[in-house]
Amino acid sequence: MSEHPAVAKLKGQFSDNVLDVTEFRGETTITVKKEQIVEICNYLKQELDYNFLTDLCGVDYLGQSPRFMVVYQLYSIGKHDRLRIKAPVEENDPRIDTVSGVWGTANWLERECWDLFGISFDKHPDLRRILLPADWEGHPLRKDYPVQGPDREPYQGRLS
Amino acid sequence: MANTDTMTINMGPQHPSTHGVLQVLLELDGEVVKKATPHIGFLHRGIEKLSEHRTYHQVLPLTDRLDYLAPMHNNLGYVLAVEKLLGITDAIPERAQVVRVLMAELTRLKSHLVWLACHALDIGAMTVFIYCFREREEIMNIYEKVSGARMTSNYFRVGGLSADLPEGLEREIKSFIDDMPSHIDTYEGLLTGNKIWQKRVMDVGYISAEDAIDLGVSGPSLRGSGVDWDLRRDQPYSGYENYDFKVCTDDGCDTWARYKVRLEEMRESCKIVLQALAKLKPGPVLADLPKIVLPPKKDVVNTIEGLIHHFKIISEGFKPEKGEIYQGVENPKGEVGFYLVSDGSPRPYRMKIRPASFINLQALSKMVEGSLIADVVAVIGTLDIVLGEIDR
Repeated sequence: MSEHPAVAKLKGQFSDNVLDVTEFRGETTITVKKEQIVEICNYLKQELDYNFLTDLCGVDYLGQSPRFMVVYQLYSIGKHDRLRIKAPVEENDPRIDTVSGVWGTANWLERECWDLFGISFDKHPDLRRILLPADWEGHPLRKDYPVQGPDREPYQGRLS
Repeated sequence: MANTDTMTINMGPQHPSTHGVLQVLLELDGEVVKKATPHIGFLHRGIEKLSEHRTYHQVLPLTDRLDYLAPMHNNLGYVLAVEKLLGITDAIPERAQVVRVLMAELTRLKSHLVWLACHALDIGAMTVFIYCFREREEIMNIYEKVSGARMTSNYFRVGGLSADLPEGLEREIKSFIDDMPSHIDTYEGLLTGNKIWQKRVMDVGYISAEDAIDLGVSGPSLRGSGVDWDLRRDQPYSGYENYDFKVCTDDGCDTWARYKVRLEEMRESCKIVLQALAKLKPGPVLADLPKIVLPPKKDVVNTIEGLIHHFKIISEGFKPEKGEIYQGVENPKGEVGFYLVSDGSPRPYRMKIRPASFINLQALSKMVEGSLIADVVAVIGTLDIVLGEIDR
């Protein structure tokens, strides 16, 4: 399959920011630096017509550096095309700028990501926990958070 | 000092028209809503966390518990995602694909019936509730015959279906669907021309197309704002490209428009079910992939290969190669998607569910601010939310 058209455009506009491009099962994933994430998302929305933020989530790659990835699933309602953007976030500085100014959808999704992963979104209008109670300690979707509950043995890796 | 001009009241979490355990903090100026803040999470069960500790086959029953009014759609989204991750999308037998579409559209009917029943009941039209649940019961009976369960179906499998349709069920579905359009006429007869209904839904819960897209609203709620977008047509899965159906839209942007869109969708679903029944040809319902698909019970007890494969898949599971995919399907409520990350082990490294209701509910504040408190009930109804999916 030929390269996704957005890749060349994004490389032309933000050449220093594009870290990696992967293709798997016909889906394109572009990894970018987190510093200019808002500018990149604005460009993708305004110029390349990705007007619909389907989903936003975190992934914890415990043991790797950088530890977290923030994943943006984009969709263009006009072109019926999907694109995935990822931005790495360091463990010792788990923060990234909010894109809720670009797509309103991001507001709750970023709250969920903060709630479950502890990734903070700078300039977010209302960064509170959303699924868990306000006084909850810890971030359950992190890989070092035990599945049985907070006061159990830490996760030791897969059994099989 | 507290603001004495406005009053803040709780709607829910124990309120009959919040459709589950949803709490909405309403800041009121007299009867006008100044601000509405939804509080969710009362039903959070950590399905995404749990799925990281189960094999791909074991995750499937969890997906039933998301949108429990449309379990087969969640199953469908999940199995399609795993099949895409494995790269076996083309290996699914024709009959399995047709049955998937058939059951998915019956599920859409079932989900829309509950929406109409509860939406009308919330606004005070009780008769509609009784009629809708009468038809829903028939779909539940079909569900029970197909999967053995009325709600948590767990019917689809990675690679096909858990079992073929039982003898004679096609005739039963056919006779049910033949009657369905006249039932929909009955609901319309009770509501569409009804002055009280019109006053309660017209110009209520207005959301423009731009705002709806910005807030990520999908499904019938988006099509009620005039956006012509349906994943079944625009990114077809499970053979939807072979069916002839109309994507229903309405430019009204209000509760009335969304009501008309969903009723029209029910009629289209009936047409798709009939087309699927006509396409149904005898054949296998499971792909021939012994390392991935669980063998039929008779092979497990009669052949050594079947026994070994069964043992390996149950005890260890299958290992998709490293990679990540996203698969979205058009649920009755909107786009439901599964983002799967595989690290090459038999369990998903990360599974993120894109919940349609969660994202649609975000639009609630926008839709009710400035309207009367009684309209909040109508707007929650028209968004057609399910808390099982919102809280996961």
